[in-house]
Amino acid sequence: MTYLTLAHLEKSFGQNHVVKDFNLTVEKGEFISLLGPSGCGKTTVLRMIAGFEAPSSGAITIEGQDVTGLRTSARNIGMMFQAYALFPNLTVAENVGFGLKVGGVAKAERAARVTEILEMIGLPELGGRYPFQLSGGQQQRVALARALAPRPRVLLLDEPLSALDAKVRVALRNEIRSIQQELGITTIFVTHDQEEALSVSDRIVVMNAGVADQVGTPFEIYNRPATRFAAGFVGTLNLIAAKVIDPKTGTVALAGMNLQVQGTAQRAAGSDVTLALRPEGLRLGRGDGEGAVFRANVASVQFMGSTIRIEVMAAGQKLTLDTFNRADQPPPRPGDEVEISLSGNNAIVLD
Amino acid sequence: MARTRQGLIQRLPLNWLGLVPFAVFALLFLILPTLKIVIGAFQGPEGGFTFQNMLDLNTASIRSAYWTSIKLSVITALLGGTVGFAMAAAVVFGGLPKAVRGPLLTFSGVASNFAGVPLAFAFIATLGPVGLVTIWLKTNFGINLRAMGWNLLSFWGLVVTYLFFQIPLMILIITPALDGLKKEWREAAAVLGATGAQYWRMVALPILFPSLLGTFALLFANAFGAVATAFALTGPQLNIVPIKLFAQIRGDVLGNPNLGYALAFGMILITAAANTLYIWLRVRAERWLK
Amino acid sequence: MTRFLAWLALIFGCVFFILPLVGMGEFSLKMRRGVYSFDAYRKVFEDPTFWATFGYSLVLAAATIVVGVLLVVPTAYWVRLRLPKARPYVEFVTLLPLVIPAIVVVFGYIRLFNTSSILPLTGTAFGTDFLLTMGYTTLALPYMYRSVDTGLRTIDVATLTEAAQSLGAGWLTILARIILPNVMVAVLSGAFLTLAIVMGEFTMAALLNRPAFGPYMQLLGANRAYEPPALAVIAFAITWGCMGLMQLVTRLAKHERAKA
Ligand SMILES: Nc1ncnc2c1ncn2[C@@H]1O[C@H](COP(=O)(O)OP(=O)(O)O)[C@@H](O)[C@H]1O
Ligand SMILES: [Mg+2]
Repeated sequence: MTYLTLAHLEKSFGQNHVVKDFNLTVEKGEFISLLGPSGCGKTTVLRMIAGFEAPSSGAITIEGQDVTGLRTSARNIGMMFQAYALFPNLTVAENVGFGLKVGGVAKAERAARVTEILEMIGLPELGGRYPFQLSGGQQQRVALARALAPRPRVLLLDEPLSALDAKVRVALRNEIRSIQQELGITTIFVTHDQEEALSVSDRIVVMNAGVADQVGTPFEIYNRPATRFAAGFVGTLNLIAAKVIDPKTGTVALAGMNLQVQGTAQRAAGSDVTLALRPEGLRLGRGDGEGAVFRANVASVQFMGSTIRIEVMAAGQKLTLDTFNRADQPPPRPGDEVEISLSGNNAIVLD
Repeated sequence: MARTRQGLIQRLPLNWLGLVPFAVFALLFLILPTLKIVIGAFQGPEGGFTFQNMLDLNTASIRSAYWTSIKLSVITALLGGTVGFAMAAAVVFGGLPKAVRGPLLTFSGVASNFAGVPLAFAFIATLGPVGLVTIWLKTNFGINLRAMGWNLLSFWGLVVTYLFFQIPLMILIITPALDGLKKEWREAAAVLGATGAQYWRMVALPILFPSLLGTFALLFANAFGAVATAFALTGPQLNIVPIKLFAQIRGDVLGNPNLGYALAFGMILITAAANTLYIWLRVRAERWLK
Repeated sequence: MTRFLAWLALIFGCVFFILPLVGMGEFSLKMRRGVYSFDAYRKVFEDPTFWATFGYSLVLAAATIVVGVLLVVPTAYWVRLRLPKARPYVEFVTLLPLVIPAIVVVFGYIRLFNTSSILPLTGTAFGTDFLLTMGYTTLALPYMYRSVDTGLRTIDVATLTEAAQSLGAGWLTILARIILPNVMVAVLSGAFLTLAIVMGEFTMAALLNRPAFGPYMQLLGANRAYEPPALAVIAFAITWGCMGLMQLVTRLAKHERAKA
């Protein structure tokens, strides 16, 4: 049974149509990310779930209860903001206990719950401090604890990591994910950072200009992007022009070679398509000889540790490819002539 | 050791020399005159130390003057503070059109400085015996303010008049403080299940408390030391401390110059006490700040 | 609901503020029986004492502004540059005039600088004018200092000073050519506020017996019926003008900065 349903949500601010026919069903305990560029309406969707904004039309259902017209304080939701949303006049413990206090939970029970949750986020000693005495990462942990303390039905996170430094960001996102799994709490996470979304989500909603372009697991979103936007926004992509030869067998022609790909069944023979390939879908060398092989000229080499990113010029355009680092095999150097190969299995066919 | 001393001699006086003009000014025209009053309050006619002046303040007339002044200042500070707060909150949170804000703040700047003699004239022309509102109520509604006990030249008349500069002063000072309340706090409180009232009681008001206190102390001092408005409104007869002191300086109405010092010293004591209380409460309230 | 209450608060406030202004405006026009006329204003403008006191207060306001700027700008600059330790003390002193009532300060002047003291300032008219200017400067001090200090905060005093020194500029040049232009907006804001305060000031001038605009208004108020509201309208216009200029300066400066 679905736990949270957003049905045909629309939102306009005056003339500005910000969210368009947004549909989403979320299972209990799922971790969903809304991923999209800044200004595409992610925050607006989240704020409608929280009840800060009323949808222009559409419905929001939680546990079978229609909450569309319910006021925020009655929705029993937890929310974490981008930054600095802790109450500065309350200690960490008072912040975390705030939801319980206004919910009428008795003092002793409240204290126990606060201790328990502070331990969960790894800050058991900081209960007596004030927010200004904490680092940014600690503040966001406390904000998470505060959101979780009243056992909300849904946890909403609006880019909670974007104000932190890179290292803290990665640590905290993993921590959020593990706490989320431990509690089994249904979570909606807003981010414009694809790596963040790919690494922690059960499913991702790719948003573009107020529309949900694609909904799917990180694996699906990355490997089978449904639209050009989704393909381009998530990860790096090589785009190569091709022509459909035989839709049935999936044969396409590119740079004078034939290649077998999937996903041409709906297209007419002779039509122009674009093949999209991830950098790791291109290979240095001939490979097993299947697929297409190009001669290429190395333009640049970036050594990134476990992987090496190589940019080459081939068939008149720039292509990016990733290979794994191997101690016994030094990477090519800029200017080298190399062969690269690609397999049709890794290619995504776009319009 | 010798080097340190030389360094000190080179550095210290030069830096502090830059403050000499300001220090001389403050000493001559602010601190010494005040000290003169303080010392005079404890000097007898022959110049010796005495408590007699302070004790002599304890007459029915002077006591009542202080009491009226304190009442006047507290009431106008509280009323002005409340109304000013409501108006500032209306503009910041009330969902009023954005265009309201600029003009209101500009007007507050003007009105808070429109005190003294002309303010008294404006109120006489409006709520005085033949003022605009008085006459309008009488001719159109048959309401006779005077018969209902209204008198502009009285304590409550003064209260209403003082509000004309107390309210805008409050608006001017508290609006930036209200702007400092983050939207996220209100929203965080709401998702955690708090009602609007709970948010105000547990978060917003405690955060605003120091600013509110400071403004209150300022409004209090503002009303307590005001002479011109009251003098132009009621002349020398209204029994409040600044008017009494004014009359005493002009013509020694108390018949004892040193009692004048004591009267002035009492004013300093009260405004200083108000501000000390403010600072003390502020320190307590701001333990959550750096 | 909230919005209704907000409108209510605003409208109540507006009525309270506008009525006295309408009242004084209307009253000032009623000098001639039965019709509205500008007779009261004509009377006021025909009175040579009006011009004399108005001019006197204007001159004193100018003097106060000059003294205030000469006193506050170098001090605030110096405290920021070299004596951050002195800052709380200086700030405390600048805020004292908000705590010590003006009437007490001027009382102190009268007793401290009387004819039998070492500095018998009240003995001569010029000495008293000087004293009154100093008194006005203390009244303006809290606003002036705040304004200039805030202005200094937005510029990097230390770097500007070092740059100027490396080009061989002396202290006077630095203050007049570098610092003052940079805090001009703050100085002008403070100046207009000072003008508004001085033009209406009553207590100090009255107790020092100087022919200023404030005591003149009070005297007229005690003896006439229609001229006082006319004077109030004029005084209100002056205050409004000062505040308007203050806003204008700030806005122009913002505009300039946005362009730069
Ligand atoms: N309260 C509002 N009033 C008017 N426009 C708004 C409001 N909130 C958001 N918008 C507009 O809606 C669009 C989407 O905003 P938002 O949901 O915050 O995007 P995101 O979170 O994806 O960056 C933006 O163009 C923004 O300007
Ligand atoms: Mg956003």
